[in-house]
Amino acid sequence: MAQVTFITDKCKGCALCVHACPKHIIKMNEQSLNEKGYHPAEITDMDKCIGCAFCATICPDCVIIVEK
Amino acid sequence: MGQRLLMKGNEAIAEAAIRAGCFHYFGYPITPQTEIAHYMAKKLPKVGGVFLQAESEIAAVNMVYGAGSTGIRVMTSSSSPGISLKQEGLSYMAGSQVPAVVVNIVRAGPGLGGIQPAQCDYFQACKGGGHGDYRQIVLAPSSVQELYELTVEAFNLADRYRIVVMILGDGILGQMMEVVEFRDKEEIADIEKPWAVTGHGGKRKQNVITSIHLDPAVLEKMNQNLQDKYRLITENECRYELYNSEDAEVFIVAYGTVARIAKSIIEMAKNEGLKVGLIRPITLWPFPQEAFDKVKDRAKAFLTVEMSSGQMIEDVRLAVNGTGPVYFHGRMGGMVPNKFDILAQIKEIYSRHINS
Amino acid sequence: MAIIFQKPKALKDTSMHYCPGCTHGIAHRLVAEAMDELNIEGDTIGIASVGCSYNSYDYFGCDMIQCPHGRAPAVATGVKRSNPDKIVFTYQGDGDLAAIGTAEIIHAAARGENITVIFINNTIYGMTSGQMAPTTLLNQFSTTTPYGRQADLHGFPIKVCEMLATLEGAAYIERVSLHDVKHIRKAKEAVKKAFKVQQQKKGFSLVELLSTCPTNWGLNPVEALNRIRDEMIPNYPLGVFRGESLEV
Repeated sequence: MAQVTFITDKCKGCALCVHACPKHIIKMNEQSLNEKGYHPAEITDMDKCIGCAFCATICPDCVIIVEK
Repeated sequence: MGQRLLMKGNEAIAEAAIRAGCFHYFGYPITPQTEIAHYMAKKLPKVGGVFLQAESEIAAVNMVYGAGSTGIRVMTSSSSPGISLKQEGLSYMAGSQVPAVVVNIVRAGPGLGGIQPAQCDYFQACKGGGHGDYRQIVLAPSSVQELYELTVEAFNLADRYRIVVMILGDGILGQMMEVVEFRDKEEIADIEKPWAVTGHGGKRKQNVITSIHLDPAVLEKMNQNLQDKYRLITENECRYELYNSEDAEVFIVAYGTVARIAKSIIEMAKNEGLKVGLIRPITLWPFPQEAFDKVKDRAKAFLTVEMSSGQMIEDVRLAVNGTGPVYFHGRMGGMVPNKFDILAQIKEIYSRHINS
Repeated sequence: MAIIFQKPKALKDTSMHYCPGCTHGIAHRLVAEAMDELNIEGDTIGIASVGCSYNSYDYFGCDMIQCPHGRAPAVATGVKRSNPDKIVFTYQGDGDLAAIGTAEIIHAAARGENITVIFINNTIYGMTSGQMAPTTLLNQFSTTTPYGRQADLHGFPIKVCEMLATLEGAAYIERVSLHDVKHIRKAKEAVKKAFKVQQQKKGFSLVELLSTCPTNWGLNPVEALNRIRDEMIPNYPLGVFRGESLEV
C-alpha cells in the first residue's frame, strides 16, 4: 500500500502529475482553488496508488510527499 | 629602517598587496600596468596564493567579485579601457558591499587612446563609471612609496567599509622606478566578515551576496545604508597634503604625477618671490573639502592642473564654492603639463589678482 | 510506511516563482537532492545568474552569490580558486551561458575549473518574456523572431555540450532532459555525477538540462514536455559528450 500527500497550497495546477501517473488516479480539483488561486491536484483513489512517485518526480514544486 | 628596494611602481603595488595579505589576484594584460600581473604570477604561487589571468577584464572583475564574496583579500588591476570593462562588476560589488582593491594605471583616452600617462578617468573613478548611486574610495598616489603605502591602506579601508577601493595611478607612476622603504610588518586591520559566503557548514544561517531587491522599498533602504556608509567615509577618511601653504596666495590643486610637477613649480616661483602653495588631494573620493577650508582665507586664486580636459576642477569649484577664482591648466593625449607653461599662467594670475 | 519521496532539505520551503509546469523547479530539486545525498550543502556555494533563476538563492539553502549576466563561471572561478575545498556550482540559463556568457563558460571549461555548471536550455529568454536565445531552434517563434528564426537572419542554434566537449579542460559534460520521469531520473544521476566529479577534483563538469518554458512557448505544461521530446532532442541529442569513462 502506498500513501500520497499533496501540499495543496503549493500546487500551481500544472497537471504534470496527472500526465505522469501510470494509474491515472490524479485529477485537478475543479471545484476548489488553493491559496495561489489554482485548481490543485488531488488523488481520486488512494487504494490504487502503487507508490511509484512518478507524480512527485515530475512535480516542479515539491507539492507531493510519497510514503510506502 | 625597513627594507629599501629600488622598484618599478607597478611592482611596488603588487608587493604591497601581498604584504597586505592579498594572496589572490585576477587580471588581464594591458599596457601600462601589466607588470602588476607579471609580479603576481611570479610571487603568489610562492606564498600559497592564486594568480589567474582571466579571459577578459570583465571575467577578471567577476572573479574578484566571487573571491571577495568569500571574505578573502583580493585585487585586480588594469588600465583605462580595461577599467571601463569592469564597471558593471564594480557596481555589483558596491551594491552587494563586497570589498576589493582595484588598480587603474590610467592611460590617455578615449577609446584605445594611447599608452602615455593621463588623468582622464577621474570622472569614471570618482563619479561612478557604473550604474546606480554608488561610490568607491579613490586613492591617488604620487610616488612609488605612496603606491606601496596606499595599496596597503586600500585593503584596510576596503575591509573596514565593505567597499571597493581604487588606486588611481597613471602610466608614469606605474612605469617609473623609485626607492621604496618597506615596513617590517604591515598593520592589517583584523575585521570580522560574518557576511562572507564560506559555506554555512550547518552551523549558521545561509549567507547571500546579492544586489538585487525587486521591492523598491527594500532597495531604497539598501541604498540609504550605502549613503550612510559614504557619509561616514567622507567624515573620516579624507586625505590630502598641503605643501608650502602657510603664506601662499595662489594654490595649485593637483594630484598624482602632476602634484610632483607642481612642487617643482612652487620652488621656481619662490625664486621669483611668488608665494604659491599646493593642495594635493590623496583621496579623490571622498574629496578633501577640509583642505580648501583651511586655506580659503588667504587663497586669492586656485589653479587646477590635470592631465585631462579638466575633471577634478569641477570638484575644486564645488570645494572653493565661489570664494575665489579657479583657473585650469591641462594637457591631454598623454602629453605631460610643462612647468614653464604653468609658471607663466601663475604669473598672469598673480598680476590679475595679487599685484594689481 | 516510510517517506520515499519529499522535498530535499537543501531546498527551502519558499514557494518558487516559476510559472506552472516550468521545469526549473525540477532542476532545482535535482541539484538540492544531489547536495543532500552527497551531504555537501554546508560546504557549497552556489552562483545564481541572471534570468528566471536570478533568485535561486531564495530556493537553495546553501550560501549563494547572485552575479552579473553571463559571468557566473568567472565568479565561480574566483570562489573556487580562493576556496578549493568548497563545492561551487553555477545555475545558468541559455541566454546567460550561451549568449552574453560564452567567453566565461568556454574559458572556465578550458581552464578545467573544478566547478559544476547546471545549464538550463529552454531555447528562449524566459524572464524578459520570450526573446530569441542562442539555442532557439530554426523556425522557432520568439518575440524577437516573430516570423520564426531564420538562419540567414539570426544564425544557427549553438550546441553548447558539443562545443565545450572540444576542450581538454572539460572533465564531464552531459546533456539530459526533463521531459518525463525516466529522463528526470537519468538527469538526477548526471547532476549527482557532476558534483562527484568536482568532489573528487577531477575538473570541470557541466550538465545541460533540456527544459520547458510553457509561458513563452505558448504551450501548456504537458505540450511543452512533448516539444522537448519532438523538437529539441533531435537538435540537442542527449548523452555524455565528455567523461564517458570517468569513474566517480
